[in-house]
Amino acid sequence: MNKNDYKDIWIVAEQWEGEIQEISFELLTRGIALREQRSCALNVMVFGDDISERELRGLLARGADKVLFVKDPALKYFLVEPYAAAMLDIVEKYSPETILAGATSTGRTLMPYVAVKAHAGLTADCTSLEYDSETGDLLQTRPAIGGNIMATIKTPGHRPQMATVRPKSTSPAPILKKRGGEIVVETTTFTPISKIKKMKHIPNEDEISIQDAEKVVVVGRGLKKAENLPVVRAFADEIGAALGASRDVVDRGWLSYPHQVGLSGKTITPKLYIGLGVSGAIQHLAGMRTTENIIAVNIDPDAQIFKVADIGIVGDMFEVLPELAETLRKHEVKQ
Amino acid sequence: MRIIVPIKQVPETKSVRMDESTGTVIREGVESIINPLDLYAIELALQIKEKLGGEVVALTMGPPKALEALKEAVAMGVDEARLVSDRVFGGSDTWATSDALSEAIRKIGNFDLIICGERATDGDTGQVGPGIAAFLDIPVLSYVNKLAEINDDECVVHRLIERGEDVSSCGYPLLLTVVKEVSDPRLPTLRGKKKAKNLDIPVWGEKDLGLDASLLGLKGSPTRVAKIFRPKVTRECEMTVANDHTSIEAACANVAEFLTRRNLI
Repeated sequence: MNKNDYKDIWIVAEQWEGEIQEISFELLTRGIALREQRSCALNVMVFGDDISERELRGLLARGADKVLFVKDPALKYFLVEPYAAAMLDIVEKYSPETILAGATSTGRTLMPYVAVKAHAGLTADCTSLEYDSETGDLLQTRPAIGGNIMATIKTPGHRPQMATVRPKSTSPAPILKKRGGEIVVETTTFTPISKIKKMKHIPNEDEISIQDAEKVVVVGRGLKKAENLPVVRAFADEIGAALGASRDVVDRGWLSYPHQVGLSGKTITPKLYIGLGVSGAIQHLAGMRTTENIIAVNIDPDAQIFKVADIGIVGDMFEVLPELAETLRKHEVKQ
Repeated sequence: MRIIVPIKQVPETKSVRMDESTGTVIREGVESIINPLDLYAIELALQIKEKLGGEVVALTMGPPKALEALKEAVAMGVDEARLVSDRVFGGSDTWATSDALSEAIRKIGNFDLIICGERATDGDTGQVGPGIAAFLDIPVLSYVNKLAEINDDECVVHRLIERGEDVSSCGYPLLLTVVKEVSDPRLPTLRGKKKAKNLDIPVWGEKDLGLDASLLGLKGSPTRVAKIFRPKVTRECEMTVANDHTSIEAACANVAEFLTRRNLI
């Protein structure tokens, strides 16, 4: 293998019912920074059946040099076999030096499948990426051992070098005026077959997703029992926040897994995080510490959560919560 | 139905301590456990076996000590176990690990389903499950949180994805990676523990798997760890103690002021 035969940065955009998903724009932010360092092209691959030109142009407007849309009815939604086949086709044809995808349910399934078949290096859940200017190796930094350490991984002897990037770990690339770029629509050169049949999709109930919410109230083990949840939920509703949970809370079955914040759950970067009875295990902190404003209430003055908080209240969450709700209510009236 | 469950022995993450001077993880004295998500995979496999009959085989790659994890799986009700262990496998990244495990699975042979935990708590990559599927050239359904239907020809599962759940069906052979909602792991039984004690668990090395030596361990791994460091986590926290009515009121007023200042209310 000759490393010099491989060039350019490619990102794997995601679409849902023809609409390009925000993670794709976040990947463009990463790609734009890397393009600066590497002086190469930043290309996008996207798989689907029916994606409007307007949607594809959006990717160019946000900084891509080329968008390659692989169009086939079998690629309408994510199915690992046809998607992997289409992606391997691109690897074969374009020899990408670097491929970035979101660390989403799609990216985290597709990328390892493709990396095995392409004998490529793959690093999961990266939070920071930069090039080694001499070797062109991508230095991929990610949390490991439950967030206790950060590890920088590289792929010295293989190409492409592939990485998945945590959703919400960076902001989406803004739309720039006056940008050129090329849209290429290709059909597949093979007949995509999927042994898996998708039968239906059950959308989340209209509860706000913790990853999309501007404010998130997170409960920890301090909740003590599931019966105490309605008080917290009412507070979250009142201030328009989504409800999140620490791993302990989910492990005990007090809230379901989609609510879990942390390395083994979701990374969140809302404008405001309010932690109630959350101790702040490293694996939890790794999933929320880049939040702009952090408030924590915990009975234990030594709780790790206070290390990342802006405001810390050492006290019983059940004594503080009613007063806090009342204070904020009065404040609202005054405004 | 023949089901293979690849598992991993991991350090109990909650008790992981760091050597502050070197920034490395202290492994000594840290308890080893079966990766928690793998317990859900084992439980699901056992439930399927109870429904359809057949056999469940647990498989792991690791040092000789990893036999403990396999014995625990047997104590839960797994029928057979295999350990892949050889110095040459040391330093394997997810590519080389998937390669070795898929080769071991080929050697076990004759399987319908492979069920993996979605990720391990130490490496936290979640790449080995789909990686094994790719080496075996079989489909993978990841993030499975519910087994809706299963018979000898196919199964229907729910996948937990960002916007909800996808319901998919697939025939065999098939690999599933599961998240914690999929089952409620049982505890080892006394009978299981006795069985585990007496069960002969084959240990397979490089020669048994007949793999290309250049593709094993660190040599066969495309990725390298370039650097390890401790994350910086601190910011200036304004702390107040709230233990009586007055101090609670003051603390809450302070929060309201902070939120106003930052334009959050």
